[in-house]
Amino acid sequence: MSVGPDTDADIGTRIDANAAATAAGTHPDARPGAFARAWQSDVAWSFRHSPVAMLAALAFAVLVIAAIGAPWIAPHTPFDPGSLNLMDGFTPPMGEGMGSGERYWLGTDDQGRDVFSTILYGMRLSLLIGLAAVAFAAVLGVTLGLIAGYVGGWVDALIMRVADIQLTFPSILVALLIFGVARGLLPPESREQMAIWVLILSIGLSEWVQFARTVRGSAMVEVKKDYVQAARLIGRKPSAILFRHILPNVMGPVLVIATIYLALAIIAEATLSFLGVGAPPTRPSLGTLIRIGQDYLFSGEWWILLFPSITLLALALSVNLLGDWLRDVLNPKLR
Amino acid sequence: MFAYIVRRALQGALVLFVVAFIAFTMFRFIGDPLESMLPREATELDRIELRERLGLNDPIPVQFLRFVGNAIEGDFGTSYRNGVPVAEMIAERLPATLELAVVSAIFAAVFGIGLGVYTAIHRDGWLANAIMSASLIGVSLPTFLIGVLLIWLFAVELGWLPSFGRGETAELFGWRSSLVTVSGLKSMILPALTLGLYQMTLVMRLVRAEMLEVLRTDYIRFARARGLSERAVNFGHALKNTLVPVITIIGLQLGQITAFAIVTETVFQWPGVGLLFINAVQFVDIPIMATYLLLVGVLFVAINLVVDVLYAVVDPRLRVERPVGRA
Repeated sequence: MSVGPDTDADIGTRIDANAAATAAGTHPDARPGAFARAWQSDVAWSFRHSPVAMLAALAFAVLVIAAIGAPWIAPHTPFDPGSLNLMDGFTPPMGEGMGSGERYWLGTDDQGRDVFSTILYGMRLSLLIGLAAVAFAAVLGVTLGLIAGYVGGWVDALIMRVADIQLTFPSILVALLIFGVARGLLPPESREQMAIWVLILSIGLSEWVQFARTVRGSAMVEVKKDYVQAARLIGRKPSAILFRHILPNVMGPVLVIATIYLALAIIAEATLSFLGVGAPPTRPSLGTLIRIGQDYLFSGEWWILLFPSITLLALALSVNLLGDWLRDVLNPKLR
Repeated sequence: MFAYIVRRALQGALVLFVVAFIAFTMFRFIGDPLESMLPREATELDRIELRERLGLNDPIPVQFLRFVGNAIEGDFGTSYRNGVPVAEMIAERLPATLELAVVSAIFAAVFGIGLGVYTAIHRDGWLANAIMSASLIGVSLPTFLIGVLLIWLFAVELGWLPSFGRGETAELFGWRSSLVTVSGLKSMILPALTLGLYQMTLVMRLVRAEMLEVLRTDYIRFARARGLSERAVNFGHALKNTLVPVITIIGLQLGQITAFAIVTETVFQWPGVGLLFINAVQFVDIPIMATYLLLVGVLFVAINLVVDVLYAVVDPRLRVERPVGRA
């Protein structure tokens, strides 16, 4: 997808999101550059005619920019104990802190941390873990799927049997088990620091199966085609055939699955962190923030819970909607 | 049909074997079983003696067979954390989880099928559209968030329902049930809703899609032409023919429900096996984790098998030796 989300609602008539073309100084009508061709593709056309997709893309872009820019956007640095004022704790939204007299948009939590800032940093972590986990799952699944589809025989049988067995179990359970085992293998003192890597590993390992299955199916079809036979005949190495010839032809569905699984990975991370086995409270993700917020529900400090929850929902929903749209456009058969 | 079921059973046995092996590997190689069983002042001699007594010096296949043998006899070792036999801890908490799972599944099936039929029949009605849109949000909401929001609304703001625990339980045929007391029933509502909501939307969307497919077919048009009532057409003819995939999904979702019970039980501090498992993960209590894995493995294989058999019973095409009766 080279079409970036546009901040302008009137996207259909304007091509000013065409950053690449403007930067290169080309006029789209005169000589179609890479961007102009992408702009006229079916995917872009469908994007411009789907208000839901545009809205979801806009929301996702805003959230991603906010997450990336957290250190510059956030009014406070919530994880620097020196800058916290305990007297500011439990400031309601739009209220002024008791200690510092500063105004907090979304209020503060028990330790006087600005909720808005913790959400920005938390979202950053949630997105990072989600993206890394999906990338890991995709690389693992695509590689195994390509090998299974290309080599066939017992290798194929073994990989697919493992996939079947893993698929018997819900991915959240698999992730929890891997998480527990990884913690057992780590020395207790490094568990806290390694928590984020363990999260990426366990979520990634719990989601590779769908990638492998899809790629294997497509690879088995591609292997029989002439271009693969030709590449074999001229003596290309199997690894080159797999990754240079077959892979580009099976990438469409992989993109769709990756988008849908990004939402799943974000939710999985939030769930694990909420359960208290994910990101530590010293470096909270959105799930950890919701877990913290739940403790203050009964004492009436609803903002500590509500705002991280809304952010998580917006993140998951926008990615989900984008994934649905992409699936319908790229592969109507998957519907 | 017999060969089909045997094949499925063999596949299930293979899955169980692998699961048992993973559980054994965890049990044997992660963490040091001696560390947790010996007192701090134990000597090297005690260590060697205990190794011998526990059979940790035997070849791995022998240890694996002993592990499986013990598991079949209901001996799953003792918890690292509090030294109680794991079997006892699981047995004490299993009823709570099973009750929750079954109530949620019934809720998901009844409302899912009902709403699915409604939205399919009134496909362009505003209420049907509203239900469909709401279901999309329901699918995107993580289970724990649904639970937390329900607690906020019904326990904190309205104060109608309890937010944690099982309420009072009563002995019922040797089974501690919370379904027979008022406070137990009240405690059940929010967790069951939380756990069943996602499955309900899933069933609803499936029933709707299948119904829309079936309602287009010729035999429905003929049924209408024969002058059958709407009810007979919708339920007797259309719904009946959507049930095969629906049964499969509901069955398979029972497994998902057990897995997500971990989340729901944590949100509501429901004293079931899921909460036990989460605590085990937090404290790296390997025997409990391994046992839970085994338990879930058996449960999933059993569910898959039952679904396969039901499939054969419901779908006449899979059952060759018996003559096809009138539908």
